[in-house]
Amino acid sequence: MSELSELYQQVILDHNKKPRNFHELEEANRVAEGFNPLCGDQLKVYLRVEDGSVREVTFVGSGCAISKASASMMTQSLKGKNREEALVLFDEFHRMVIGELDIEAEPNHLGRLKIFNGVRDYPARVKCASLAWHTMRAALEGEQSVTTENLGPAISASQAAEMADQ
Amino acid sequence: MSVTDTIESIVAAPSAKADFDVERVREDFPVLSQSVNGKPLVYLDNAASAQVPRIVIERGAKYLREEHSNIHRGVHYLSQKATTAYEGAREKVRRFINAREARECIFVRGCTEGINLVASAYGRKFVGEGDEIVVSEMEHHSNIVPWQMLCEEKGARLRVIPMNDAGELLLDEFDALLNERTKMVAVGHISNSLGTVNSIKEIAVRAHKFGVPVLVDGAQGAPHLKIDVQDLDCDFYVISGHKMFAPTGSGVVYGRAELLESMNPYHGGGSMIRTVTFEKSTYAAIPEKFEAGTPAIASQIGLGAAIDYLNGLDREQALLHEEALLAYATENLSAIEGVRIIGTARDKASVLAFVIEDVHPHDVGTILDREGIAIRAGHHCAQPVMQHFKVPATARASFAFYNTKDEVDRLAAAVEKVIEVFS
Repeated sequence: MSELSELYQQVILDHNKKPRNFHELEEANRVAEGFNPLCGDQLKVYLRVEDGSVREVTFVGSGCAISKASASMMTQSLKGKNREEALVLFDEFHRMVIGELDIEAEPNHLGRLKIFNGVRDYPARVKCASLAWHTMRAALEGEQSVTTENLGPAISASQAAEMADQ
Repeated sequence: MSVTDTIESIVAAPSAKADFDVERVREDFPVLSQSVNGKPLVYLDNAASAQVPRIVIERGAKYLREEHSNIHRGVHYLSQKATTAYEGAREKVRRFINAREARECIFVRGCTEGINLVASAYGRKFVGEGDEIVVSEMEHHSNIVPWQMLCEEKGARLRVIPMNDAGELLLDEFDALLNERTKMVAVGHISNSLGTVNSIKEIAVRAHKFGVPVLVDGAQGAPHLKIDVQDLDCDFYVISGHKMFAPTGSGVVYGRAELLESMNPYHGGGSMIRTVTFEKSTYAAIPEKFEAGTPAIASQIGLGAAIDYLNGLDREQALLHEEALLAYATENLSAIEGVRIIGTARDKASVLAFVIEDVHPHDVGTILDREGIAIRAGHHCAQPVMQHFKVPATARASFAFYNTKDEVDRLAAAVEKVIEVFS
């Protein structure tokens, strides 16, 4: 089990306090809302996609430090990415926080987002970290809303398998 | 005894607590002696689910080892033994809540199923278009949504008793809601999100003036208060076993016999029938009418054992101890800069909800967990309460008689640590 400071790293606390790109986006052409009905977190992700690339991305909403920092850092890392690159990042981020991508062993594009690797030790917080990403993907795919209740069980398949093998 | 006026008297006379030997009581709960994240567990999530004493665990295990069989069916030895234990538990429940008759105590899986049972079996029969159901603003979702579903189905209307900013129901407003279309008043005994103790007797008097039955969600009431359904004069009282030191899957709907008899059945199936033909079935008498299928026998027997356990305690002293803890915790957390208590009713029990400025309750919950402290963070299945206080969520410490002053000190220290991390 990791130390608390690994989850609440200074960078995460900083993004929580001063979230980047934290405003509505009038010129957005893709918008989606994300809900975590278990804890009441909700956020809205705005995208301006041109020629297949994310030109601008912003968010608004309320949530815990993990969800806010995750959304904030997501907006920074998505700018300029094309659709495929954005979806690859989504996949890598998602697999990292549920413990299915080993950031040391598997080549990836996560860069600064690796700071959320500690979330894997806090299964109850995985949905906090991934809400913004699921919402972004929904916006990219032209869906209007996403709720974490539809994002699978509270523990990952690998955690469930580990438990079943005991 | 009344919960009112106890806090001040205890703070004034700390020696009153000495009569309750909390360290000895803690030994009865095996789960409490473990370490979590390298620190002794501090379990302050009792309002979500209370821990189970050894005699309840052993009673359930003995049933599974030596007595298990289906009930009410076999003529054989084990079936008789299981039936006796199961019906014995029902009689224990009857005495615990002072119902007139054991058949007024229906076994259900918990409060959620219990309220759904009444909403469906009473509501389908007696609620029609244009009728009204009254709930309160501080209800748990399980005492809102079943009624809302009934209202949608019947074209009835859900009306809400408002509360003030301390988290106390406004009874004058309640009076104004009652009329000849009102078919049910459903309120919690103790609010799970605020800790408010509602004056059920007063509510019942006012509702009965209009001939309206009163259902009490006793999920948080039964573990803390002495329950006397005749004295409260409520028509239904619903209990979750796992909130009062019994296994999950146990629970009770108390209902006045004539009401239960007049209601539709709930689930159809075995046990709840008298005769079945393809043309028509007739139903069993209460309580079997509402207990279709094989019930959670081991859990309900465990509920009986939990009642034995509670009866073996001095419950007045246990309540005084809880009141003293709540007062001590309220004082300590209020003194921390940036902490705001949500729910400051004059009559409160067991629950201390709070928010910390600029820190989301989920982060509070995670940091406290690293300190070995279990609390609940979220909306506590009471979103309208969060809306009233304009917070997305709260952190909630909830106490049982096995909690200690030292644990409250650790809670306060951990809250200080949260503030330090986020400063």
